[in-house]
Amino acid sequence: MSEKVLMKGNEAIAEAAIRCGCRYYFGYPITPQNEIPEYLSRELQKVGGYFVQAESELAAINMAYGGAAAGGRVFVSSSSPGIALMQEGFSFLCSTEMPLVILNVSRGGPGVGGIQPAQADYYQATRGGGNGDYHLIVYAPASIQEAVDMMANAFRIAEEYNNPVMLLADGLIGQMMEPVILPESITEEELTEIQRKKTWALTGTKESREHNVIKSLYLKPEELEQRILDMECKYIRAKEELVQYETLGLELADVVMVAYGSTARIAEEAIDLLAAEGIKAGLIRPISLWPFPYEAFDQIPQNVNCVLSVELSRGQMMDDVKIGCNGRFQVSLSSRTGGMLLTPHEIAADVKRAMGVRK
Amino acid sequence: MKTIFELTRGILPEETTYCPGCTHGIAHRLIMEVLDEKGLLGETIGVAPIGCSIMAHHYMNVDMCESAHGRAPAIATGIRRVQPDKIIFTYQGDGDLASIGTGEIIHVAHRGEKFTTFFLNNAVYGMTGGQMAPTSLIGQKTTTSIDGRTQEISGRPIRMSELIATIDGAVFVERVSLDSPSNVRKAKKAIQKAIEVQEQRLGFGFVEILTTCPTNWGVTPVEALEWIRENMIPYYPLGNFKNPEEVR
Repeated sequence: MSEKVLMKGNEAIAEAAIRCGCRYYFGYPITPQNEIPEYLSRELQKVGGYFVQAESELAAINMAYGGAAAGGRVFVSSSSPGIALMQEGFSFLCSTEMPLVILNVSRGGPGVGGIQPAQADYYQATRGGGNGDYHLIVYAPASIQEAVDMMANAFRIAEEYNNPVMLLADGLIGQMMEPVILPESITEEELTEIQRKKTWALTGTKESREHNVIKSLYLKPEELEQRILDMECKYIRAKEELVQYETLGLELADVVMVAYGSTARIAEEAIDLLAAEGIKAGLIRPISLWPFPYEAFDQIPQNVNCVLSVELSRGQMMDDVKIGCNGRFQVSLSSRTGGMLLTPHEIAADVKRAMGVRK
Repeated sequence: MKTIFELTRGILPEETTYCPGCTHGIAHRLIMEVLDEKGLLGETIGVAPIGCSIMAHHYMNVDMCESAHGRAPAIATGIRRVQPDKIIFTYQGDGDLASIGTGEIIHVAHRGEKFTTFFLNNAVYGMTGGQMAPTSLIGQKTTTSIDGRTQEISGRPIRMSELIATIDGAVFVERVSLDSPSNVRKAKKAIQKAIEVQEQRLGFGFVEILTTCPTNWGVTPVEALEWIRENMIPYYPLGNFKNPEEVR
């Protein structure tokens, strides 16, 4: 077990990526994730890996596609507007079933927006900003520790499902420092074995097998439809296998909050404030955002007054909260956005307002 | 009996989807012949982007992937990092390379990426049905310039080889044409040299190939060859722009 170290989120995530076998990184500078390309430009070469500073996020995601198609373990990171530019690539990577790990250290939008933490890319991440029937598999860490722990799993899932996996971290996770235990390093033998299993990869035929072709174009509609339906099988499997969430105090709750990422930690503090006033608040913390943990909502007791979506965006996750509640409860929003953070007192006040509690 | 001619194993026995008189078939064959003659078919990875040539992997017997419009050079950059020992090429049309993919092509040249780009220039968007390309000639009638391209509205056609040749990282740049048997032979020579440049990892190699599009030019296959000579070659002069000493 590695020892506990104090690290900035971005650097800890970059180091975790290397330890989990990332050997290829393609990126473009954008705040608040710049420590990641900076770190990997120094460190990847030490393990025989490659860093390329791309001319744009569009180029970066296509370099990543090339690297993945050639059988490499590839990681890309960016922040909201840069992630927007990568959407063409995400759609293409899903359509060609390429494994890739993506990190979005998200900031306020729309447009250039700002550089402070936000969760306003929820739709972009979970609904797909690219064209067509596809899904990214999306996880949202609430701490630096959880982010680094997700990395090994993210690569494993990406390769098992042949689909990109996104870690959606808000700018807080990227910029703050926390004590963290880094994951153990994967061995070169394990990496070679992983690469060897990618029999579909572009490695040259050696004239000893049929040529490998990685394709996205299906001009015959019946073929394309069948292809989409085939891919859907794995998305159905993802919904059965990949859902992750935590709950807190649901059994005795008068009111339930739903919050992910850093916001969930702030919501936990609001629970204590509310408890001091005799209000029992529960929490659902989605860890997987796609597939979303709708089943967690079945655990909400029938007598709960209302459910709040607590998020640093204007009700984007609330759509999923409403689907999860399925009409059983009134759903309200507790939100700051544009780079403003919620305080525990603000959340507690929103909860009381939603419950109809005066003062 | 002595075999005096064999089709290269680099071309798969498929009927192509290309129009009659299209010279993609010749370009495909030249590239695959060169790779075959050098014993490199099993060591090669190709990238075929949007445009008629996205079908190239149906016919080229090497590992290949498709690419979003214009992005093939970035993809080849990624492939190069993971497969440092392979021969890598992109096969791109003029709408793809000279319009939507200008950022990518300029920067692979700038980085001196060690792969080869074959740039098929037929002065029009073929697959989408004959729209004006940045390479369409002044006066050329297309579906988005029905009275002919004008400099006032669309500028003058872009000369990619000349542009790429100004970039230090591009070490081999040549423009060839497929309008006649002698030019086809010259094209093959240029492809051979470009692959040699890559084998020696000297830098980025770029071969512009003037090709036909009889369908969208509205001419017969034979007239299309004449069209290259009369209209394209005067504006896009053939010849070598950069040739490193190692392959001279």
